[in-house]
Amino acid sequence: MAARRRDAALGLSLRLAWRNIWRQKRRTWLTALAMIFSNVLLVFMIALQFGSYEMMINNSLRLFIGQAQVQRAGYHDEQKMRLSIPDVADLAASIRRELPSLSAAARANAFVLLSSKDRSFATRIVGVEPAHEPGLSTIPGLVTEGRYLDDPTAAEIVIGSVMARNLKVATGDELTFLGSGRDGSFAAGVVTVAGIFNSGSADLDRSLAEVPLAYFQDAFTMAGAGHEIALSAGALDDVPAALEVLSTMLNEHQGLVVLDWNALMPGLKQAIQADMSSGWFMYGVLIILVAFSVLNTQLMSVLERTREFGVIMALGIKPRRLALLVLFETFLMAALGLLIGVLLGAAITGYFSTAGFAYPGMEDLGAKFNLPSVVYPSMDLFAILLGPSVVFVFCLLAAIYPALKLYGLKPVEAMGAV
Amino acid sequence: MSAIICTDLCKYYQQGDSVIKGLDHVNLEIAAGSFICLSGPSGSGKTTLLNAIGGLDRLDSGQISINGERVDLLGKAALADLRLHSIGFVFQAYNLIPVLSARENVEFVMQVQGVSATKRRQRSMKILQEVGLEGMEDRRPAQLSGGQQQRVAVARAIVSQPKLVLADEPTANLDSKSMEKLMTHFRELNQVHQVTFMIATHDQRVMNWAERRIYMVDGQVTRDEMQDP
Ligand SMILES: Nc1ncnc2c1ncn2[C@@H]1O[C@H](COP(=O)(O)OP(=O)(O)OP(=O)(O)O)[C@@H](O)[C@H]1O
Ligand SMILES: [Mg+2]
Repeated sequence: MAARRRDAALGLSLRLAWRNIWRQKRRTWLTALAMIFSNVLLVFMIALQFGSYEMMINNSLRLFIGQAQVQRAGYHDEQKMRLSIPDVADLAASIRRELPSLSAAARANAFVLLSSKDRSFATRIVGVEPAHEPGLSTIPGLVTEGRYLDDPTAAEIVIGSVMARNLKVATGDELTFLGSGRDGSFAAGVVTVAGIFNSGSADLDRSLAEVPLAYFQDAFTMAGAGHEIALSAGALDDVPAALEVLSTMLNEHQGLVVLDWNALMPGLKQAIQADMSSGWFMYGVLIILVAFSVLNTQLMSVLERTREFGVIMALGIKPRRLALLVLFETFLMAALGLLIGVLLGAAITGYFSTAGFAYPGMEDLGAKFNLPSVVYPSMDLFAILLGPSVVFVFCLLAAIYPALKLYGLKPVEAMGAV
Repeated sequence: MSAIICTDLCKYYQQGDSVIKGLDHVNLEIAAGSFICLSGPSGSGKTTLLNAIGGLDRLDSGQISINGERVDLLGKAALADLRLHSIGFVFQAYNLIPVLSARENVEFVMQVQGVSATKRRQRSMKILQEVGLEGMEDRRPAQLSGGQQQRVAVARAIVSQPKLVLADEPTANLDSKSMEKLMTHFRELNQVHQVTFMIATHDQRVMNWAERRIYMVDGQVTRDEMQDP
């Protein structure tokens, strides 16, 4: 009996609410339109932002680090020459063979004193496989002067533009390096600057120097060993699955570990998200504006129905039910805005998630830094529902104040109102 | 035992420097099952009295008890329940809910009371027929004339057979025929189901139906007499 009474009353409230919101068709549509507009915008912008995170992370990784690396355990924490991978080029080749979905390139690192005629700097120099490095790193494509490395054994070096300026060298000039080999012996050599790259990353442009791996191994008495195998699976989402297969493959190689990009560059994700956090402020403003428009609408609709609410209360209906009615009305309006907004937003996002969205002005920048110029909005459910759900909740919250006004209503006074 | 006892009811309105007497020391005893007409010049306090008895308005002083229960001491929620379940109101302005049809307006209170759909429909159709609105059940208030709206409001007040009906000018917009019909119906409810009626009216013809007539002037009861209807 009590349950049936509750059901009947709920049905009544919903029906009343639905009819009530259509009493002011234009006002309801205008309010709903504000919700729809902001929902569409939020769906698209948030999906685009999530898509951008992924793209920016990927681009940052594709510059040099790679999405994952094979290293000897402990090397990442302390880069000691002797923590090396024996026959590193062969292992990289077998990874490429066994896991065709992965790009892999062997590398070796050393810290040296690099000197030109006039100047010297302490820096890192990396031995790379000229044939495989372009599959992993965008640096080879960013050489703006001269050319990238091609001969695996040549005494050549490619350096960043800032380093070239600091050392006051141009292509064709010679540089000498001094360091120590894997066995602790003295290592030195003279290399010709083959090319200068401009990556757009000040850090890499200042501190990265690449020489062919075979030459490196020779100069630093590596005996075929290296320090890391950089890996790329294409899309970031594909990385974990590929690494799982790789881990089993590496079981026979004692002491080698696979580090994913999060382990290699901790904080990268947070840094990029923080970098784009200004977007959230704009979304917040948008949501608050919509909430205020709802507040305004519902306040007006409550005020102009004072008399009617007075009558209903005089008949013995409690304010709680009327407050609920106002919340139902808002709920229905917000649901309308949510439904239409999400559908429209998802359709637009869906289109751009396959066609790609070009930020105005991105083309030039992309071409300059050897990056893709279009972003693919992330079409996942979280990205799409996040904005509209928050709008929905804030609209309901905005209706609380008008709903509470009903508790102060006195039937006789209210009935006297026009 | 009396159904309603009003003791020394006072309700004053401050209007600038002057005080308007809505109710001025009103004492009344109303037996259960009475059929009462309340009359008096405009502004004499009829509506104020009905509102006070129905628990719609607070008094400045005085006591009202209905069947031994002190209405003036009840809280808001308890008053709402009293109105919902025991009192039928007909307001001076008909005050229907504009988005509901005539039938839905009549069913509204029953629906909140939890009466089943079939029963609601049965009762509302019957009552609308009795007040002469057959065929207009699905019209919204805006599509009805003043007198028709008035009758919907009356139907809404009596449909769930409350113990007490407080009717404020229920016949103001009605022609004699409709008025006669309505009063006959009221009288029948009164005699068959012992529903107590208090009807505020300016209409001499309506007064003739009453078994007790109460006159008010300036918030005071000036005459209170029994008559044979
Ligand atoms: N909210 C109010 N503020 C000030 N004065 C009021 C208020 N409500 C009623 N009054 C005054 O109280 C007096 C009684 O009013 P009431 O409505 O009870 O009269 P009534 O007998 O019903 O009149 P009518 O026959 O015109 O309906 C009137 O003088 C009226 O002006
Ligand atoms: Mg009156």
